[in-house]
Amino acid sequence: MSNNSMILSSRRAFLGATGKTLSATALAMVVGSNIKTADAADASQDIQILNAAIALEHEGIAAYQIAATSGLLDPAVVDIGVTFQGHHKGHRDILVKAVETLGGKPAEEKSLGAYAKDLKASTLKNQADVLRLALDLERGAANAYLGLIPSLGPDYHQVAAQMAGDEAFHAAILANALGQPIPKAALMFG
Amino acid sequence: MKKLSYVILCFSAVLLSSSVFAKDAVNASDPEITQVTSQGDSVPPYAVSEQLVVEGEKLYKRRCGGCHSLDNNRIGPRHRGVYGRKAGAVVDFRYSKALRNLDVIWTDQTLNEWLVNPTAFARGTSMGFRLKKAEERNAIIEYLKSLSSAPDSSANAQ
Ligand code: HEC
Repeated sequence: MSNNSMILSSRRAFLGATGKTLSATALAMVVGSNIKTADAADASQDIQILNAAIALEHEGIAAYQIAATSGLLDPAVVDIGVTFQGHHKGHRDILVKAVETLGGKPAEEKSLGAYAKDLKASTLKNQADVLRLALDLERGAANAYLGLIPSLGPDYHQVAAQMAGDEAFHAAILANALGQPIPKAALMFG
Repeated sequence: MKKLSYVILCFSAVLLSSSVFAKDAVNASDPEITQVTSQGDSVPPYAVSEQLVVEGEKLYKRRCGGCHSLDNNRIGPRHRGVYGRKAGAVVDFRYSKALRNLDVIWTDQTLNEWLVNPTAFARGTSMGFRLKKAEERNAIIEYLKSLSSAPDSSANAQ
């Protein structure tokens, strides 16, 4: 073996080793980027679902605003409505923060007039009508949260369940105010 | 990664189709298949079970009514006529990209798959709500069906 070929073969060995190192690094990069894209996909999926929840809370806040200013409610009922509205604002704030933390843009609210139209507020004629609308929305919201938990990332399961709990509490008070009987069967929501 | 998600896809396709068969079995054993008039009398409706439609309407209000109405866009798009229509077709509703690009017609089967797991059916959709019970899906789909007209028979009638 000549000197030259010695150099060549050791060079080849060196290149080979580097090649292996490189491919290992490349592999790590590929795997890493795959993990990253999976994370990013999960985050953007969570953002979408959380934004739908924000839209739900925006609508709830608007519904209580429309109710409180309708002139159809007793002052004591207005107080309860405003307290419930405060809970919905609390939910909205938590959800907005979650979407921002994930790097998303929180869903914006529509105008009060748009909500009034979407909820057919012009058909409300008395306090019982208003309470029934509120009950439908709260019951729907409790069910909505419970049904979307399995699609959300685990980080948001508990907070979504807490929100469902608040909506179920609201629904119970409203059903009671309307004189509705207590449901006999277990698992009333979800 | 790709292979794995393909396997998962195939597996869920099998799961989904078996639940679709289960649903068909329920339908087939339903003794009361009746015609329900939906809109106007010149548009023939789909054949539906009246009993299921009544049940479906109640369930729709409870399960879907937090986010959907028949005639107004709310958190989700309005629903009247959705059965038999292409996904993402309500013009004044802002759908997610996932739903806008979804090349699907809403039928018994596609609605069923969607309601089992919407984010698996259209990754990136803003609807995360899943409806676990097959009987509830069945009744709600029947209700939505009763609010659409059958395009094929109306074309034949002309
Ligand atoms: C938490 C709120 C929420 C609940 C509860 C909900 N949906 Fe949705 N739904 C949405 C949103 C938001 C969209 C739009 C999805 C998108 O753009 O990705 C949607 C879209 C849809 C679509 C597609 C419509 C179209 O025009 O292509 C159907 C069908 C549908 N929902 C059916 C239902 C049914 C049936 C129920 C009840 C069993 C239900 N949804 C419950 C929020 C909800």
